[in-house]
Amino acid sequence: MVEVIEIINVGLFAAALRMATPVAFAALGGIFSERVGIVNIALEGMMLTGAFTGVAVCFFSGNAWLGVLAAVLAGGLLGLLHALLTVKFVGNQIVSGTGINIFALGFTAYMCQIIWGSRGASQSVQGLSVISIPLLKDIPILGGILGSHTPLVYLMLIVTVISYIVLFKTPVGLRIRAVGEHPSAADTAGINVYKTKYICVIVSGMLAGLGGAFLSLGHLSLFALGMTGGRGFIALAAMILGGWKPLTAFGASLLFGFADALQMNLQGLGLLPSQIILTIPYVLTIIVLAGVVRKTIPPSDYKPYVKE
Amino acid sequence: MIEEKERSEPKVKQLLRKILPRVKSSIRGALPQIIAVLAAFLVGAIALLATGHSPIDAYSALLTGAFGDVFGIGQTLTQATPIIFTALAFLFAFKSGLFNIGAEGQLLFGGFTAALVGISFNNLPVFIHLPLALLAGALGGAFWGFIPAVLKAKLGAHEVITTMMLSYVAFYVTGYMVNYPFKAPGWVAQTVFVAPSAELPRILQPTQLSASIIIALILAGFIYYILERTTLGYEVRAIGLNPSAAESGGINVKKGMVLALVISGAIAGLGGAGEVLGVHRRFIEGFSPGYGWDGLAVALIGGLHPAGAVVAAILFGALRSGGMVMTRVTGVPLDIIFVLQALVVLFVAAPKLIRYLLEKGGLKWWK
Repeated sequence: MVEVIEIINVGLFAAALRMATPVAFAALGGIFSERVGIVNIALEGMMLTGAFTGVAVCFFSGNAWLGVLAAVLAGGLLGLLHALLTVKFVGNQIVSGTGINIFALGFTAYMCQIIWGSRGASQSVQGLSVISIPLLKDIPILGGILGSHTPLVYLMLIVTVISYIVLFKTPVGLRIRAVGEHPSAADTAGINVYKTKYICVIVSGMLAGLGGAFLSLGHLSLFALGMTGGRGFIALAAMILGGWKPLTAFGASLLFGFADALQMNLQGLGLLPSQIILTIPYVLTIIVLAGVVRKTIPPSDYKPYVKE
Repeated sequence: MIEEKERSEPKVKQLLRKILPRVKSSIRGALPQIIAVLAAFLVGAIALLATGHSPIDAYSALLTGAFGDVFGIGQTLTQATPIIFTALAFLFAFKSGLFNIGAEGQLLFGGFTAALVGISFNNLPVFIHLPLALLAGALGGAFWGFIPAVLKAKLGAHEVITTMMLSYVAFYVTGYMVNYPFKAPGWVAQTVFVAPSAELPRILQPTQLSASIIIALILAGFIYYILERTTLGYEVRAIGLNPSAAESGGINVKKGMVLALVISGAIAGLGGAGEVLGVHRRFIEGFSPGYGWDGLAVALIGGLHPAGAVVAAILFGALRSGGMVMTRVTGVPLDIIFVLQALVVLFVAAPKLIRYLLEKGGLKWWK
């Protein structure tokens, strides 16, 4: 028991923020997509593709930031595909998302073997380095939690705030929400429904790709087969728990990040078999989803919009 | 003799006259799927070329590996068997409007419960032990489908997320079981062999094809019968088409959804039992190389019809078994087959895409 108390320290909370980062990026992505009425269960595959692309580009160029950029573009490309299939060709959103997930798993495993000759993992690359925020890092406790991270953690915090402002404090956000809530009224009001949907789903993919890049370039400095481990789906749960709003979704991501960090620290103790500890984030997701979902109202009915 | 022949010939003709148009129309109906498969192979060929492999070599190795000889066909059917189960599982839940994307977890958990019964009894007669073990598999899968079903019906938790999460949980929980309480001596995380009385017979030695495929085919017919000819099937389909209309029509929608997801889980669990009792004869940690995900794709490619699911499952089984030969012969990584599968799903996801591409290519739509 003493050991369990010992792992609850500043390091655990710092790790929680770190592990919340990929989930938060993807959850923000989920919000942008669902706010225009497109369910995006392809977040998982977009993250995985982002994680792979980031490492691959970093491996060949030697520049981690170029890798991050490529991950964003790769995620955006899959977002474009999802938008094409569901908006232009009115395909089923879940089916398209599943197709993208299977594609990502196969494509990354295939390319991993083509480039590095190994199915399980890539070679290590020089990932993003940790930066310390000068004054912040010296504050007791808070400095330990917030002071030193890879830049993507801070970028996530910034993007969360920007997403909130864009969605809820600007005319653009009003248009986005209108497209999801009432597409025909939005159309009548002169909003380009299709264009808005395209842009938001592409942004959704870009954010998920960024989350993937954090996992591979900001966290492990390599790509591993299926390394997202269901985080795209956990992000969907965070999005629902957060009521499709950026700030609260970030709060929900922190909860899942905490579960992830706890799981990692508990494994080090060896008190319980690792298989049992590894289920913690997934079981938590199910419990949270079951506990809150009744109180939430989705921002859209997710029906395809066909212009008359 | 002669008389009999004369009398029987018109009958055959009559029969053909009856069947042929139906065959024709079902091929017509499957045209979008067939085109989707061809389009996927075309895109796959481009991907192979781009990564320095010859698509002709790869595809011909794949084809001969999958169908070239009796052994290949046996392995293809072996791989197709669990996919038939998971496809039927997805299909059944889908008919009630539910996306059970967690067949993988239900298959694993059902496989484990079947193994548990298989290793627990030593002197039961076959005709009791084998059905008992199969039943245990179905019940295990049903239980794993029951959890998201209740969460959906009572609390509204979306089944896409919960079934997915439960797949991970099933992987780790069964992994724990065969790493600790039920671990066989040795390095590998697996149970001991099931008793011979719980084994499903192999029906095409030396391939691993087991009697599980017979169960799968019977089940496919049975599912078709349930969906098309029984009250339960009618209710399930009514819920899927329009839940509120079904509700006002006197159908208990929540109960129907729970039942559909439980049955869906049971089907996947039975598939897991077939793998454990027929192929591996024990539970090996994470024995499924993704049969659950295949099932979803296969159900969609099969046009959400049990017969279509069987045909599409054989295609996917061929990709898996032929893919292994392709990797051995040409060195193309096996994962290209998952890219192919995903491409088929993406093409099937949006039938209008195929129509659009055909029209762009100057071809007329067939209807």
